Amino acid sequence: MTKQVQQLDRVIIRFAGDSGDGMQLTGDRFTAGTAEFGNDLSTLPNFPAEIRAPAGTLPGVSSFQLHFADHDILTPGDAPNVLVAMNPAALKANLGDLPKGADIIANTDEFTKRNLQKVGYDASPLEDDSLGEWRVHAVPLTSLTVKALEGFELSKKDAERSKNMFALGLLSWLYHRPTEHTITFLEQKFAKKPEIAKANIAAFQAGWNYGETTESFSVSYEVKPAKLAPGVYRNISGNQALAYGLIAAGVQAKLPLFLGSYPITPASDILHELSRHKRFGIRTFQAEDEIAGVGAALGAAFGGALGVTTTSGPGVALKAETIGLAVMTELPLILVDVQRAGPSTGMPTKTEQTDLLMAMFGRNGESPVPIVAPSTPSDCFDAAIEAARIAVKYRTPVYLLSDGYLANGSEPWRLPEVSDLPDISTEFATVTDEEFLPYKRDAETLARPWAIPGTAGLEHRIGGIEKADGSGNISYDPNNHDRMVRLRQAKIDGIDVPDLEVDDPTGDARVLVLGWGSTYGPIAAAVRRIRKAGGKVAQAHLRHLNPLPANTGDVLKSYDKVLLPEINLGQLALLLRARFLVDIISYNRVRGLPFKAEELAGVIQDVIDSE
Amino acid sequence: MSELVNGKGLALIPKAEGKQTLKDFKSDQEVRWCPGCGDYAILAAVQSFLPELGLRRENIVFVSGIGCSSRFPYYLDTYGFHSIHGRAPAIATGLAASRPDLSVWVITGDGDALSIGGNHLIHALRRNVNLNILLFNNRIYGLTKGQYSPTSEIGKITKSTPMGSLDKPFNPISLALGAEASFVARTIDSDRKHLQSVLREATAHRGTSLVEIYQNCNIFNDNAFEQLKDPEVRDDITLRLEHGQPIVSASKAVVRAASGGIEVVPLAEAGDRVLVHDAHNPDPSVAFALSRLDEPAFEHVPIGIFRQVDRPAYDTLMAEQLEEAVAQKGPGDLSDLLMGGDTWRIG
Repeated sequence: MTKQVQQLDRVIIRFAGDSGDGMQLTGDRFTAGTAEFGNDLSTLPNFPAEIRAPAGTLPGVSSFQLHFADHDILTPGDAPNVLVAMNPAALKANLGDLPKGADIIANTDEFTKRNLQKVGYDASPLEDDSLGEWRVHAVPLTSLTVKALEGFELSKKDAERSKNMFALGLLSWLYHRPTEHTITFLEQKFAKKPEIAKANIAAFQAGWNYGETTESFSVSYEVKPAKLAPGVYRNISGNQALAYGLIAAGVQAKLPLFLGSYPITPASDILHELSRHKRFGIRTFQAEDEIAGVGAALGAAFGGALGVTTTSGPGVALKAETIGLAVMTELPLILVDVQRAGPSTGMPTKTEQTDLLMAMFGRNGESPVPIVAPSTPSDCFDAAIEAARIAVKYRTPVYLLSDGYLANGSEPWRLPEVSDLPDISTEFATVTDEEFLPYKRDAETLARPWAIPGTAGLEHRIGGIEKADGSGNISYDPNNHDRMVRLRQAKIDGIDVPDLEVDDPTGDARVLVLGWGSTYGPIAAAVRRIRKAGGKVAQAHLRHLNPLPANTGDVLKSYDKVLLPEINLGQLALLLRARFLVDIISYNRVRGLPFKAEELAGVIQDVIDSE
Repeated sequence: MSELVNGKGLALIPKAEGKQTLKDFKSDQEVRWCPGCGDYAILAAVQSFLPELGLRRENIVFVSGIGCSSRFPYYLDTYGFHSIHGRAPAIATGLAASRPDLSVWVITGDGDALSIGGNHLIHALRRNVNLNILLFNNRIYGLTKGQYSPTSEIGKITKSTPMGSLDKPFNPISLALGAEASFVARTIDSDRKHLQSVLREATAHRGTSLVEIYQNCNIFNDNAFEQLKDPEVRDDITLRLEHGQPIVSASKAVVRAASGGIEVVPLAEAGDRVLVHDAHNPDPSVAFALSRLDEPAFEHVPIGIFRQVDRPAYDTLMAEQLEEAVAQKGPGDLSDLLMGGDTWRIG
């Protein structure tokens, strides 16, 4: 039987199953095959905070969405074209996101009475006509897998566990993905358990063969490789890119990296990654708590290291006092906040942009801290270097505001040439003929000298008590305090940040969509849709939140309307309104999920139409 | 002197050229403690002790938290970091872990180290970071003007406890031993000779040395340690702890109790049962029992080094891992790192 092959320009697949079903791994492997094939891609893992919620329940559903295309894409996609549902819970939890006509590949073996009851289905949706508007492929994935592995010396349970590889094989057939990488991967992953490796490979191949032979799938699909800029690529998540950016920052600053950190979702992977790279001279310190994490990083910075701490919102709350000390002592420090849904514990595995005002103001006293926000997973690399550049040059703590969406999402990354990376090195203070003044400022940057222990002749004392201008001695003089408060502010206000660039191809758009951080992808995708439909809209994206680019006010004022989508209740809008007296139109959703391009396109169109 | 006390704690720190004097360590800052404060005696003892170490001044760092004692770094002409309440051990950990060439001292008090900073203290001790922690224990909050502290005795009447405090106090020595500190000692502000002898051993120790210093706050808790200073009773209640020596005071001796623990008996009755102090015993149980002898009041107070055992310092272990990583895979190369993993080429 020769099957029909249909060409598509893009596909969105969502793998969904129980936390124990290996959906993240399945998604990762499909992504690797897709990257190797040369499509552009973007991923969105979505998993519960619980390590193993009760099997088969709605809270236990874990999913992985992948968008791949023959052109450059900006988001993991709004609505899946295909849902792989490993059990009734996965179907129920994801059906709402599925447009009519989409494919559903359901593992019929798991649609038992008991599993259906667990999620409130009275009858199997595969058997009544409730799924009539979708294309349902009922596949007994578990029993097919067990049957394929009959020759192996495996327990039934072990055989059943390979069903995710069967599903991967089937989807790989359906979309013409290369298979070699997955086979090599499985051989390596289970190198110590060759029988398990062989079984997984057999299940993977059985899934592929099933697609080839079954009548359930009459069409397979091809998505041609994308025409991306020439270069060497790898697929990378935001957390990994951020960790690499910190390593690169240490190299480019010629400083040893010291990470003081405490495990917290979704930032822990940065600690894990950095702890694997000790041969770069990186010291990673898993502290007793968040406070000790930042404290140790600041202590190391006093000693001449590039001090870094990584955390998420609740950790930032605990670190606030030490960040104030870093402001007062004017030492370089990188504060990575991988934002998550709050307040309090909130939803640890869900994304949000709600820490902006905390980063701006969440300390006692007038305590300005620069803020840099990456816009895409791979941009976390460059943003980390930029944060380090500011920290080192201006001797200040700097916030790097990532979030859960960037942290766990991934995309192809065109690798930079190391020789193109900026030199961000600095000079430690040395003895001169002049009297050493620990708070004497550089005329251009207002940075104070970084005089590290071990330097003879520069012995000095710093601390959290107000400093006399110049000498750094303790001072309660009212005028000195007023001057120092203003000097610290002026130093941050004077940081050299590039101008805000506006993307406005026709040059006559009257509506500007502004964003910051991880909303870049959905906003840019929405803007594309508007333009494709003949609409005119300008787009600008802020990377530096503090200080803002010098032209920010001019840009805002040159449009009739400024729309600012944020995954918070309008935090940047509050800052911009106060600062520039521009009546910004906010669009806010705090659902723990990134914006959808279609959703934003609708919002933008409404703003254009309301002119 | 044991095999442990051979200057190992100072081996990595550059030595000064020429002789140093007390004056070299005095900063130009005016000392601002209350007249009569025990901190003056400790400062003078430290300033006159430091030249003996012969270390380069620029390789000495004093880190402190918040409280009266935490003003200490300002008065020493070394590097200094007056940080925030309770966090000095954390900040010093980052510094010491990344700079084995520094002699890092933490100056803290009973409130700073045992209340707000209790967590950092015990974790520094268990890690054995290369720090000298001087814990000034005056059993009161001084800088906030006289509230009870975590070492105040039960029933303490203070501004915040007009009917007497309810909390059972911490015994800093017991706490440190419980955290498996490798060096734990107690001394007193008024006995400069003893204080300096303890500092000598503490600085020679590589790893965390915790030195509790009984310190008099003459404003809010005057004479808290009077018995230990009163010539009438002090020799009877002070049990000197010296490695290899019997643990005795002028009239009392520590012996093994029938229960298996230890007890204090009149010296005359002790005979050959007197316990000989073994600070290097890997088993901390006797040191712990000794630390409990002064409960609840100062009936007999052990003074000296309770425990001094050899254990690798945290910075050494950390540095070894970096060296091992380089030995296994060579020094890090940024280009190789970025190109690692699955890559593909376009164009």
